[in-house]
Amino acid sequence: MIKKLGKTLRENTPPLVSPRPKRPGEPAPGVADQAKEAGIHTVGWIDERTSLSGAGRWLMFRKVPKGTNWFYTLGSATLFAFLNQAVTGVFLAMYYDPSPTRAYESARYITNDAFLGEFVRGMHKWGSSMMVILIFLHMARVFFFGAYKYPRELNWVIGVVLLILTFVMSLTGYLLPFDQRSYWATIVAANITASGPLAGPYLGDFLRGGAEFNATTLSRFYSIHMLLVPGLIAALIGAHLYLVARLGTTAPPWLKAQEPEQLQEERV
Amino acid sequence: MASPRKEPKSKYTGDRLYPGSFEGETVTRRRFMNLTAQGAGAVAAGAFTLPALAFAIGSPIFDAPPIVWQDVGKLDDFPNDAYLPRVISITQNIGEVGKTTVYLRRRNADIDPPPDPPGYSEPVVAISTRCMHLGCPVRYVQASERFICPCHGGVYDFAGKVVGGPPVRPLDRFYTRVREDRVEVGPRYSVNSELKRFDKYRDPAQDLDGIGPYLYPPRPSVPTLPEPPS
Repeated sequence: MIKKLGKTLRENTPPLVSPRPKRPGEPAPGVADQAKEAGIHTVGWIDERTSLSGAGRWLMFRKVPKGTNWFYTLGSATLFAFLNQAVTGVFLAMYYDPSPTRAYESARYITNDAFLGEFVRGMHKWGSSMMVILIFLHMARVFFFGAYKYPRELNWVIGVVLLILTFVMSLTGYLLPFDQRSYWATIVAANITASGPLAGPYLGDFLRGGAEFNATTLSRFYSIHMLLVPGLIAALIGAHLYLVARLGTTAPPWLKAQEPEQLQEERV
Repeated sequence: MASPRKEPKSKYTGDRLYPGSFEGETVTRRRFMNLTAQGAGAVAAGAFTLPALAFAIGSPIFDAPPIVWQDVGKLDDFPNDAYLPRVISITQNIGEVGKTTVYLRRRNADIDPPPDPPGYSEPVVAISTRCMHLGCPVRYVQASERFICPCHGGVYDFAGKVVGGPPVRPLDRFYTRVREDRVEVGPRYSVNSELKRFDKYRDPAQDLDGIGPYLYPPRPSVPTLPEPPS
């Protein structure tokens, strides 16, 4: 009886471990079966050595409050705007030449001659505005939903630093096309920086790489734009997402906190 | 000392009954190793961070470019009641980007104050086109005898003094000298509202009246003349 029940159970329940361990007497799996299980086998091989699936489950399968709505996607939208900037930026860098005599010509080549160059440059250019707009919408969502309050203050602070770093990206990226508009905008930006008392003049020198706009200013901005700040932004986005996963998201403010049923009964 | 709850610990590890402690030992070997390893890490990190930072900061803030004198034409070409534009290279070897327009005229005793310092004769007045609001390029309009900035409406009179708009001080000037009847333009200098000379020129938007020169100190990145040209 018990033996029979056990057999039925084994046949009717889905296997807990897939691929199911080979039982003695079963024929060896054919090539087709092996190919079918290659994917799960590879994932299993990696997971056995890293335990990454636990982290993945922790990150992906979180409890979400009731009332979560489309406004909660603004952060992810910003993230994808950043990824768009990162990917298009890396490929623009393949054609761009950050030297004062060649920069304009290389930007012109990207726009007019390179295959899909105008499109990819447009993605980067309009994507940067998109990213700033999305950041502000995301920030407004967090502010009006009260999602910056305890225990999420640190995440707000990280978000503000990310906002400032995005502005640094906007400033340094603006010079790179190296046309009249970028050149004079950078002159004005460096002079605004230098107009701060005491430390201002030295900060202006640091930004320009000297007392005048010179041969290293463009490469300086380029290096800050594509090496220094993107690395910082990526690291801080990691910290931002870690805190989101750790602390969870807040319910929208129009939802009242629901009392446990037990307490409701007691009050009645 | 009001009766302590606990006897304070001895500083000697031997008194605290650490196994294998030495005579007179105050720092445990575990703690010593810990500090050594972390100190070594700090030294290693500093060994690449500090030089890299100094590399990024040092040259821009402390290195001044060399002084260059550029020929702009014969002395007789320049009138003393109107400006002639000339193009000079403010930064060498970076092509068109390094160039700027300078407006020149001969010294006019009716307008210009006596030379300062007294040894410097300044035969030609060279006005920089860098607006003292935020650095846009001003142009000279002969009809109104004004320098006008296209960005935010800064207006300067014939001597370069502010007569309207946001600029904080008169237009910068350049040192000039005459060599064999040819006018040469040298480094830039700044002036305050009384046309007092500041050898170490300042960036635009930096006021040079009152406490201005202290709020915006001179920078080592600006080239200085060893002595005023004669």
